[in-house]
Amino acid sequence: MAFLIRSFFLAVSALVLASCAAGESNVESGNREGILHYGNGAEPQGLDPHIVTGVPENHIVSALFEGLTSKNPYTLEPEPGVAQRWEISDDGLVYIFHLNPEARWSNGDTVVAADFVWSWQRALSPVMGNQNAYMLFPVKNAEEYATGKLENFNEVGIRAIDAHTLRIELNAPTPFFLQLLDHYSTFPVHRPTLEKFGKGTDRFTPWTRVENLVGNGPFVLTEWKLNRRIKVQRSPTYWDRDKVRLNGVVFYPTENVATEERMFRAGQLHYTGTIPLDKIPVYKAMENSPYVNAPYLGTYYYLLNTQAAPLDDVRVRKALAKSINRRQLIDSVMHGINEPAYSITPPDTLGYFPPKLLEYDVDLARQLLAEAGYPNGEGWPGLELLYNTHEAHRKIAVALQQMWKDTLNIDITLANQEWKVYLHTVDQMNFQMARRGWIGDYVDANNFLDLFLCGGGNNSTGFCDAEFDDMVQRQAPRATSREERYAIFYAAETRLMEAVPIIPIYTYSSNHLIHPSVKGMPSNLMDSLNLKYVWLEATP
Amino acid sequence: MNDQAINMIAQAPPGSSLWRDAWHRLKRNRLALFGLAVLSFFILIALLTPWIAPYGYADQNLDLGASPPSAEHWLGTDVFGRDLLTQIMYGGRISLAVGFVATSVALLIGVTWGAIAGYVGGRVDAAMMRMVDILYALPFMIFIVLLMVVFGRNLILLFLAIGAVEWLTMARIMRSQVQTLRQQEFVEAAISIGLPASTIVRRHLIPNALGPIIVYTTLTIPSVMLLEAFLSFLGLGVQPPQTSWGLLISYGAETMEEYPWLLIFPGLALTLTLFSLNFLGDGLRDALDVRGAGD
Amino acid sequence: MWRFIGIRLLQAIPVIIAVVTVTFFLVRVAPGGPFDGEKAVMPEVKAALEAQYRLDQPMLQQYAAYMGDLARGDLGPSFKYPGRSVNELIAAGLPVTAELGLYALLVAVIIGGLAGVIASLKPNTAQDYIPMSAAMIGICMPSFLLGPILLLVFGIYLEWLPVSGWGDIPGDKILPAITLGSTYAAYIARLSRAGMLEVLNQDYIRTARAKGLPEWQIVVKHGLRGGMIPVVAFLGPAFAGVLAGSFVVETIFQIPGLGRFYVQAAFNRDYTMILGTTVFLSTLIVLFNLLSDILAAWMNPRLRAQFGKR
Repeated sequence: MAFLIRSFFLAVSALVLASCAAGESNVESGNREGILHYGNGAEPQGLDPHIVTGVPENHIVSALFEGLTSKNPYTLEPEPGVAQRWEISDDGLVYIFHLNPEARWSNGDTVVAADFVWSWQRALSPVMGNQNAYMLFPVKNAEEYATGKLENFNEVGIRAIDAHTLRIELNAPTPFFLQLLDHYSTFPVHRPTLEKFGKGTDRFTPWTRVENLVGNGPFVLTEWKLNRRIKVQRSPTYWDRDKVRLNGVVFYPTENVATEERMFRAGQLHYTGTIPLDKIPVYKAMENSPYVNAPYLGTYYYLLNTQAAPLDDVRVRKALAKSINRRQLIDSVMHGINEPAYSITPPDTLGYFPPKLLEYDVDLARQLLAEAGYPNGEGWPGLELLYNTHEAHRKIAVALQQMWKDTLNIDITLANQEWKVYLHTVDQMNFQMARRGWIGDYVDANNFLDLFLCGGGNNSTGFCDAEFDDMVQRQAPRATSREERYAIFYAAETRLMEAVPIIPIYTYSSNHLIHPSVKGMPSNLMDSLNLKYVWLEATP
Repeated sequence: MNDQAINMIAQAPPGSSLWRDAWHRLKRNRLALFGLAVLSFFILIALLTPWIAPYGYADQNLDLGASPPSAEHWLGTDVFGRDLLTQIMYGGRISLAVGFVATSVALLIGVTWGAIAGYVGGRVDAAMMRMVDILYALPFMIFIVLLMVVFGRNLILLFLAIGAVEWLTMARIMRSQVQTLRQQEFVEAAISIGLPASTIVRRHLIPNALGPIIVYTTLTIPSVMLLEAFLSFLGLGVQPPQTSWGLLISYGAETMEEYPWLLIFPGLALTLTLFSLNFLGDGLRDALDVRGAGD
Repeated sequence: MWRFIGIRLLQAIPVIIAVVTVTFFLVRVAPGGPFDGEKAVMPEVKAALEAQYRLDQPMLQQYAAYMGDLARGDLGPSFKYPGRSVNELIAAGLPVTAELGLYALLVAVIIGGLAGVIASLKPNTAQDYIPMSAAMIGICMPSFLLGPILLLVFGIYLEWLPVSGWGDIPGDKILPAITLGSTYAAYIARLSRAGMLEVLNQDYIRTARAKGLPEWQIVVKHGLRGGMIPVVAFLGPAFAGVLAGSFVVETIFQIPGLGRFYVQAAFNRDYTMILGTTVFLSTLIVLFNLLSDILAAWMNPRLRAQFGKR
C-alpha cells in the first residue's frame, strides 16, 4: 500500500515537472505560427449551412463557406463575397449578381451561378427541415416553395443567367436583402460532394466530415474532434486568399464560461465568447485590459401575457414597466455592461431610434396601478415571473422582484424552469410574465417589429393589432425613402409600446476577453466575426 | 446448534435496554456529544430564525452590493446587498429539513427493501435487486423534469424526489450486510429455534447492520443538501428569494475569487453540520455495537 | 459460481429492456421537444424534421422500430448532431470517461481505503480523527467547488498544471482525476473504517490475536478481506456513478467525455442520445453491480463456502 502511494506521488510530481518544461502556451505558439485560438461557446451541431442554427456554428461555417456577399466587420456594410458586384433594379425587386470567376471550391472546382440555384433549392426544400429557411423568404415564391404550396422550383425567383451571373427577384422591395446574403442559410454547398453521400436533402450524410467536406470559404477544415476542438487552415483555393492573414484557427467548445475565462488566463485562448458577470469589475479595473464591451443588436425583455388577469389590463402592464429602475439594476447587478431599453428595437438600428415610452416614473406607475384597482398593492392577486435557469436571469429577476415590492408594494413570485420546459411553457402561453430575449438576424427595425405580428410564432404575448400589422407588412416596404420608412416604423412601434405587451429591460452587449496580440477584430453591433480581417501580432 | 449460540440468543438484550445502554455509552463519547450539541444548536437557530434573524431575507441594498464582513453585516452581503448571515439562517431551515426528511425517506425505503431482499433471498431477492438496478439506470434528470410537470413545484415533492433516488445505495448496503449476518451462527440459531422472521430481522439483523447504515446515512445528509441545489436548477427546488445552503454554496462557488466570503460561510455551515453528523454517527455506531462494548 | 453469474446475466436482459421501455416513454412525455429553440420553428419545418426522424409515426410503431434497431446494436441518429450516430458519439466519449473514472476510483480507493484502515486500527484517537476528518472534507467539497479551487491554485496561481483538456498537454489528467475521486474517497474511507471495525471485533480475529499473530498480518490477511466488503459493494455503483456523474468534472475541465453527452442529451431532448446513453450505462451498471457482488462473495468466506456447495 505504502509503495502504491509513493509511486502515485512520484508519478504526479514527474507529470508536474514535465508540464512545466513544456512551457509555451497556446497564445505564444499561436502568435508565432499565425494560429488563432478561439473560444467558441459550444460544440457545433454540425457544419452543414442549411441544417445548423446558432452562433458557434455560424463562426465555423462562415470560415468554411462564403455567400454572395460578406460583411465588413468595421462598418457592417455588405462587400463582395462570391459576387464581385451587383445591380439592383429601380423598383428594388430584381438583383443581378456577377460572380467572381476566380471563386473556387476547395477541391478546385469553379463556383458557378448554378451552385447557388441548387443550394437555395436545397435550403428551401420542404423535406430538409431547414430552420433558417425563412431568411430566403424575401425571394419571390420562396415561402410558397418551402411550405410545400408550390412544387416547381422554376417559379422561385432565382435564375442562373450564365455561369457567372445570377438573377434574383423579390416579392417586395427589401432594403435589408443584401445583409441576408452573408447568413449561412444562403451559402452555396458543393453539389457533387453532397450527392456522393446520398440525396441532397438528407440530414444524415457524413459529407461535412473532415475527409469529405468541400467548401468555398477562406479556410478549410483539417480536424474535428468532438467536444474537443475544430481546426481550420487557410484555404489555398480561396479567391481572396492573399487577404487572409491567419494561417489557421482552432475553435474550442467552451460551454462553461468559468472554464473559458480560466483558459484565457492560462494563455490557452486568444478570445473568449463571453465573460463571467462577476469577473467584469476585475477586468475593467485592469490596465491594458483584454476586456471588450460593445452594444449588441438585441433586446432583453419580459413577455406579458395580455390575455390573463391581472395583465389583461394595460394600466397594470404599464405600471409594471414604469416602476423599475433599469439604470440601477444594470449598474449594480450587471456591473454597468448594458444600456437600459425602453422599446423593443435597440436604439440606432442603422440610424433608427425607437420611441421611449416606458421610462422610470414611480408616481405615474402607482397612479396607474391604483386606477386599475390595486391602490398601493391592495388586493393584488399575485403574479408569477418565469425565467429559464441561468445565473444572469435569476439575478435580474431577484432584483426586479424587490423593486416591484418597494415601488408598487406588490408580490411577484419567481419560477425558473429548465430551458426546454421553459420554451414549451412560453410556447403554450402558460405563463403570466416570462423572460425573453431577441437578437437581430439583420440590422433593421423590421426584424424586431415583425415579432409582434398577429399570431406570430415569437409573439407569445397575445398582442394583435391589425393597424400595426398593416404598417409593418404593407406600408413600410412600400416607403420610397429611408426617412419615410423609419417614420412608419416609429409610428408602428409607438402603437406597440402603448399596448405594453412586453417590458423592455436592456439592450444587449457583447462581452469578450481578447488578447492584445489579436488585431483586426473590431467590435460591431452584430458581434460579427470576419476572419479574413484578423491577424496576430505578438506584443513584445 | 451449540450451547453457546443458544446462550447468545437468550442473552440478546430486550429492545428497550439496548437503547438505554447505548445512550449510556454515547454519553461517554465527548465528540459525539459535541456533534449532538452543534446539530441541536443549528436546529434551534433554524426554528427561531424568523424571530432572531438580523435582517429580512429579501431585503436588498443594490447600491451596497457585495460587501465583505463588517459591523453591520457580520458575514458580509451578497451581490444584492442582502445580509449573508440572514441568508444562511433561512437557508439552514430549508437545508436541514431537506437533509433530514429526505434522508429519512431514503432510510426507511432502503433499509426495509434491502433487509427483505437480503433475508428472504432467492427469487424475491433477485427481483427486488433488479428493480434497484432499473431505477439506478433511469435518466434522473428527465425523471425530475417530469415530476415537476406532473405535480408542480413544492417542497414535499422535493423531499420525495430526493428520497426516491438516495434509497438505492442504502438498499444495496443493507442487503449485503443482512446477507453476511444471515450466515452467522446466532442468526442461524435464531432461525432454527423457530423465531418469527420479523423478530429476527428486527432484533438481530437490523441492529447488527446498523454500523454501515448509520455511516452511510451521515454521509447522505450533506450530499442530499447539495443535491437540492441541483433540483433547484431544474426548477423543482426552492425559488428566490428563498434560499438554501446548497444554493448559497453553488452561487458562492461562481464568485469564489471575487467575493470569497459568499462561499466560505455557507460552506462552513455545511461542513460543520457534516462533521457533527459524523461524530454523532460514529458515536451511535460504537454505542450500539454490543460486541464492541465489552472491549 | 458460474451458475450464479449465468443467472445474473440472464436477469440483466429484462432489466435493460425495462430501462429502455420506461426511458423511451419518459422522454417523450417530458415537455419540450428536440427541435424547440429560442426562435419559433415554422410548423412546416417542424413537420419535415419530425418526418425525417420518424417522430410522425404512432408511438408504438416508433418503439417497435427502436427496439428492432437496438437488437441489431444500432442506437440511431442523434437529433442534436445531424450526421452523427449515437453509436459514434458514445464511442468517442466512452474511452475518455472510462479512463477518467478509472483514475478517479484509483485515487478514491488508495486515499479513502488507506485513511479508513489506518483510522480503524486505533479508533477514537488522533490516528482515527485526523485521516477521517481529511477524508470527510471530500464530501463537503462537491466537484463544482473542488475543481475550480484546484484549478485556481495549481493551474492559475502556481501554474503547475493545465487548466483544461484531456491528453493535450502533459499533466492535464491529474486534477480531474483528483476532483472526481475525492468525493468517493470520503465514502470509501468511511465505509472501510466501519467495515474494518466490524470485522476486527469478530471472534475469528480475536482468535487470531490470541494466537499471537502479528498485528499487520491480522489486518491484511483477515481484516481487509471482511472489512472491505462494504467498500466492494459500493464500488460497483460507484463506477457506474462515475461514468454517469462525470458531467460536472468534464465540463469544468473541458474533457470530451461521455458524461457531457449524457447530461446534454437530456437538456437537448436528444431522444436517441438519451436512450443510447441510458441503455449503455444501464448495461454497465448491471455488469458492475454483478462484479461487485461476485467480489463481495469471494471476499466473504462464508458466502464463498455457499457458492462452493451449490
